[in-house]
Amino acid sequence: MNNMSRIAVCDGNEAAAIGVKLSRPDVVAVYPITPQSSLVEYLSKFIAEGTLDAELMNLEGEHSVLSALQGACLAGARTYTATCGPGLAFMFEPYIRTPGLRLPMVASLVNRDMLSPQCVWGGQQDVMTVRDAGWIHMFCESAQEVLDTVIMAYRIAEHPEVMLPVNVNHDGNYLSYGVTRVEIPEQPAVDAFLGPKNVNWHTPLDPDRPMAVDPLTGGADAEGAAVFAAYRQSQCRGMQAALRVIADVHAEWAAAFGRRYAPLVEEYRLDGADIAIVTIGSMSGAAKDAVDAARERGIVAGVIRIKTFRPFPVEAFVHAAAKVRALGVVDRSVSFGWNCGPVAQEVLGALYRTGRTIPVLSFIGGLAGADLTEEHFDQVIDGTLRALEAGPSPATPETNWLNARAEGAGR
Amino acid sequence: MSREIRIHGRGGQGAVLASSILAQAFVDEGKYVVAIPSFGFERRGAPVSACLRVDDRDIRALTNIYRPDCVICIDPTLPRMVDIFAGLKPGGTLVQASSLRPDAIARPATVATFGLCDAVGIALEIFGKPITNSIMLGAFARSTGLVSLDSLMDALERADFRDAGLAQNRRAMQRGYAETEVLAPEAVA
Repeated sequence: MNNMSRIAVCDGNEAAAIGVKLSRPDVVAVYPITPQSSLVEYLSKFIAEGTLDAELMNLEGEHSVLSALQGACLAGARTYTATCGPGLAFMFEPYIRTPGLRLPMVASLVNRDMLSPQCVWGGQQDVMTVRDAGWIHMFCESAQEVLDTVIMAYRIAEHPEVMLPVNVNHDGNYLSYGVTRVEIPEQPAVDAFLGPKNVNWHTPLDPDRPMAVDPLTGGADAEGAAVFAAYRQSQCRGMQAALRVIADVHAEWAAAFGRRYAPLVEEYRLDGADIAIVTIGSMSGAAKDAVDAARERGIVAGVIRIKTFRPFPVEAFVHAAAKVRALGVVDRSVSFGWNCGPVAQEVLGALYRTGRTIPVLSFIGGLAGADLTEEHFDQVIDGTLRALEAGPSPATPETNWLNARAEGAGR
Repeated sequence: MSREIRIHGRGGQGAVLASSILAQAFVDEGKYVVAIPSFGFERRGAPVSACLRVDDRDIRALTNIYRPDCVICIDPTLPRMVDIFAGLKPGGTLVQASSLRPDAIARPATVATFGLCDAVGIALEIFGKPITNSIMLGAFARSTGLVSLDSLMDALERADFRDAGLAQNRRAMQRGYAETEVLAPEAVA
């Protein structure tokens, strides 16, 4: 490690705000919403006290927030916002236009469960609802990873072969408000890591170099259809290029700052493992503790943590999954159409590429602020072991609801 | 050393801020911490709590606490409506704000070490209102010895107080430390 850093004690929202400050955005537009509010309050404070030299726009709603940032980004600004849950829903129209415009924004999603019923607490239903909108999605396990990933996100988004917006996801409540020890890198080291600012070099709103943006394309005519398809293909190429760029940027981060994160898929104690728990986000620490304790009892289990969810890291995931004989996938959200967790469904899709059929169980828990403890992961390990003993079945196994009422209790 | 601490208070008394100050003090002493506030529709007077886990090594689990080693209750009337002892481990510690005598305070057999401080009395003298968080951090340091008063005072300097000044809070913490009565296992037996 060749960089000085200082130690702070802060929560995930403050860690994200510090990461943003160190990345020197030009324009920050915000609308507050629980559990994101303190994040944008920290940013407002940084701008008010002059430690962040950015234009702050307090707008009347999330639709305006992202629309304003589109203009700023087209004019060549480095931009940032944060939202979650119903705020993200209100943002949806500009949200889904942003990747097609190839705007390299960075936005935090402080993951919150969706309505109804009424709820203001953590869950990943918000992000899972927009998983195919075309944004890159990374999920963090700790406040330190939140800070570091926000900075890395700008390198990824602005890479010429990517040019796509990035959502850095951190779970509402446990990660947004959980206070821990965090190392803050020095500004010169972050400046060197990010390099000269060259945002959105390809379509600036530059009066000296006018350029059409967002043309009307498509239709039944062959040329229009082909142009539209070419835009979509280009977006897909950007997504696939991101897999390599994300890996490269994480490697550079480790070299510069000494903190090494798995860029796509983390393999935790898969050596000789019979089964693995598949996790995403802040639940992963408790899952690792459960795996350590299980190994002491002679149960050989591991964890596969998904850091990058979009683009889905098929190759990295298959590499990890090939080491085990059954998977228990834990989701903090619901895929209503598949009657299981969305990550579980994606895992099944990736496993097809291996040509192996292994038992995969879907566990849903941690909804609407519910805690996912080591004991819950013990249940995941037990259930997955039972499925391994039973062997693969062509029938879809029943989804397991953690935190749900015991069968027959109450109503 | 691995310890789990739960702070109980009412909205407005600063229980969550106290957990952050305590977290800062532990980190300054080279420890690792995770402090997670309970969440609900927080408002002045409603019961709130915060969990804090401290260890010599990095803590990965971001979860609430169900089996605390120590309970800090910064409001004297709260035990009437909240089971502040839920999950307390045998041999545990209670640090309670109250003007009552020790034998007037019901406590389960799991409480081995008992720290008692008339935090509301001190707070009314210093702040003119019952804000007891800094006082009870002093009482915690005195009762458990898990963190030094110096580290807590340093951490206090960096806290963001809405309702009172730093000088008042410094005095409050010092008085909390000085005016806490501790019944340790030997003394109880």
